[in-house]
Amino acid sequence: MTILDMAGASQSTVSFVTGFHHRLYSGDFLHQLDACFGESGDFFENQTHPGKVERFLEATLAFEDGTFDGALVWDTLQFLSPTLLETVVQRLHRVLRPGSCMLAFFHSEEKVETIPTYSFRIFDHHNIALVERGRRAPAQFFNNRSLEKLFQDYQSVKFFLTRDHLREVIVRR
Amino acid sequence: MWNRRKEEEFSPKPASAPPTPSSLAKEGIPMSTLPGRINEPHEPRGGSAVLGKSVIVKGQIFSREDLTIDGEVEGTVELQEHRLTVGPNGKVVAGIKAREIVVLGTIHGNVETTDKIHIRKDAKLVGDIRTARVEIEDGAYFKGNIDIVRAEVKPAPAPKPQPVASAPAPAPVTQTAAAGGGDLKR
Repeated sequence: MTILDMAGASQSTVSFVTGFHHRLYSGDFLHQLDACFGESGDFFENQTHPGKVERFLEATLAFEDGTFDGALVWDTLQFLSPTLLETVVQRLHRVLRPGSCMLAFFHSEEKVETIPTYSFRIFDHHNIALVERGRRAPAQFFNNRSLEKLFQDYQSVKFFLTRDHLREVIVRR
Repeated sequence: MWNRRKEEEFSPKPASAPPTPSSLAKEGIPMSTLPGRINEPHEPRGGSAVLGKSVIVKGQIFSREDLTIDGEVEGTVELQEHRLTVGPNGKVVAGIKAREIVVLGTIHGNVETTDKIHIRKDAKLVGDIRTARVEIEDGAYFKGNIDIVRAEVKPAPAPKPQPVASAPAPAPVTQTAAAGGGDLKR
């Protein structure tokens, strides 16, 4: 199997995934967001610029259809403007094989200006470590209904509330 | 103006041969206090080749010893049985094959090792990795595929069959026709 990890490489996640003899594609999604949209001007407004969006998609999700058997999206989708978010979710739908799963986290608190961003590290079947990387403003807040609408082209969406005001979402392609 | 004695005082004296360890040992001088020889050729530490930070190479590099790159390399780098270290100032835009790779600088390209690759903190690697082991420190930047290739374990050879003492072969039964044409019982 080939797994997409969008949180950037960490030793524990690499060891966990490759320990099952799977391949892992690692890319730091937030790093690319800042590189493409954060240099100058408004971060969210830049995400509507077609040239920058194209450059971002080329740097992050330029894969053939059905490349991945799973995706670890983590908390990255929260920082995409609505239009870019829709494009990325559609692109993920294409690069994932039918029946594969995607794991995402969304902050559940709605009355905050900034939310923490984390480095996610898988240690074993039961434990994931969250190391706070900083705080940034989300593009929007999500509830169950908005997430169902976001992933309406997918086969199923399941929600789990975890600690630290995080909503864990498992989506099946 | 100068008398001979003074000329002799100022004439350069031929350099005397440095004392040999054996002669000094006879005088009771421990070897560890002996000064190092001046005229010995300088050997690079650790026995590895080094491309310094002002060196730029465009092309193919083949090495039969460990190599440290602290400059810029563009092309391909191949050290089948040795270690490549990309120093903190090193920038390599190349496909790399080595026994082991340690990255402290930047690599853009696919890398393949038979042993391991170690990406240190503040290092950057963009490209696919094919290796037996990978170590990524916190703070390192990596983007690409990771393919772990474990050495194939050759199956143990099947034990040779031990010769077994064979039972004596049964005596062949011979059939002879009785006189008078009687039937044989089987």
